[in-house]
Amino acid sequence: MSIFPFIVVAWVLAVGLYGIITSRHLVHQIVCLIVVQSSTYILLLGVGYKTGAVAPYFYDIPLNTPAVDPVVQALALTDVVVEAAVTALLLAFAVQAHKRFGTLDPEELRQLQG
Amino acid sequence: MTQSQRRWIFLVAGGGFLAFYLWGLIGLPGFGHYPGPYGDIINAIAVPQTHATGVVSAVNFEYRAFDTLGEEFILFIAATGVATVLRHLRQERDTSAVDEARNREVPATSDAVAMVTLAFIGPTVVVGWYLASHAQTSPSGGFQGGIVLATAFVLVYLAGQFIVFKRLSPVALTDAIEAIGAGSFAAVGIAALASGAAYLTNILPLGSTPGAVTPPERSR
Amino acid sequence: MTSALQVTILVLVAGGATAVVLTRDPVRQVVSVSIYGLLLAVLFMAFQAPDVTLSELTVGAVALPLLLLLTLAKVRKQEE
Repeated sequence: MSIFPFIVVAWVLAVGLYGIITSRHLVHQIVCLIVVQSSTYILLLGVGYKTGAVAPYFYDIPLNTPAVDPVVQALALTDVVVEAAVTALLLAFAVQAHKRFGTLDPEELRQLQG
Repeated sequence: MTQSQRRWIFLVAGGGFLAFYLWGLIGLPGFGHYPGPYGDIINAIAVPQTHATGVVSAVNFEYRAFDTLGEEFILFIAATGVATVLRHLRQERDTSAVDEARNREVPATSDAVAMVTLAFIGPTVVVGWYLASHAQTSPSGGFQGGIVLATAFVLVYLAGQFIVFKRLSPVALTDAIEAIGAGSFAAVGIAALASGAAYLTNILPLGSTPGAVTPPERSR
Repeated sequence: MTSALQVTILVLVAGGATAVVLTRDPVRQVVSVSIYGLLLAVLFMAFQAPDVTLSELTVGAVALPLLLLLTLAKVRKQEE
């Protein structure tokens, strides 16, 4: 079954989105956003995989061994870094929101006057 | 809009998304059959061109250096944003009112936590330094090494030595080092411009290829 | 073709993602997301990507739980 990884990507994305939509706590929502972002890592690495190939590090293997795609690995690396940075910023906003409005519930935050 | 209404809309939209996604999947070459040329090209030319055996780091710092510059600035902006959002306004108090009223002190950290964290600071610094300095040979790199080195500071904080932590990493010093780091990355690229090459090209001479003992030729 | 190891890890990752979303209490979710990060790291090793594994390990096991727990502690302190 050679499209199974992509089905898992769709499942993880859908589950994360469901968590964001039906969440009652801002920090829980942020963690569900982390889950949604992790589905993109699986997609990137799944696209670049070659059956029977090794990691692209030619330290002690001959130079023409078939290796997986290194460009998508560089992209996934950037992706992980961006996830950490975005999470930090969102958590700072959550702390500030709690300080201003006294609640971390997205339902109640919507109905407050400005 | 109530919760159940939201759930129904999500199910309908999710069904539509799934249909389009599966329609797109059918045209893909399937997992494991990698067709594209870029991976094979870079695997073939990276080691002779850059003399580095870690091809992912070569891609990050040589072939796609501009992207790494953007990523560095994302981190810089996130750190600045967090510092700005969480800054201390003048009319806010440091300790909570209940704590002040009851004259409560901060409880000391337990001995087990303090011992384990203090014991791990040395190995963490060594591993972080090793990871940060071996980007060209093996799976490691600046980002991984940097986070492990930052963990060493966090371990000092977790051991309860907050005063030592504040002395080791004062806010003004970390802000300055961050700015210098981001700025010097951009400045190195401009130095390449000054010598006639494109932005962020490598103008220093290449080293020798790191390598273990060359494996012997396979005999047929 | 996906090997048996990759299929197993992919199923575990899908289960882990479901578990992270279904854990509603934020403090318990920190543990969940740590284990999910570890499962993702094993998956990336099975996809022959050790650099991404290192990054995911450090971010998912060190940086994220620290950020989340500090946020929850600060929020709880503000509630008093």
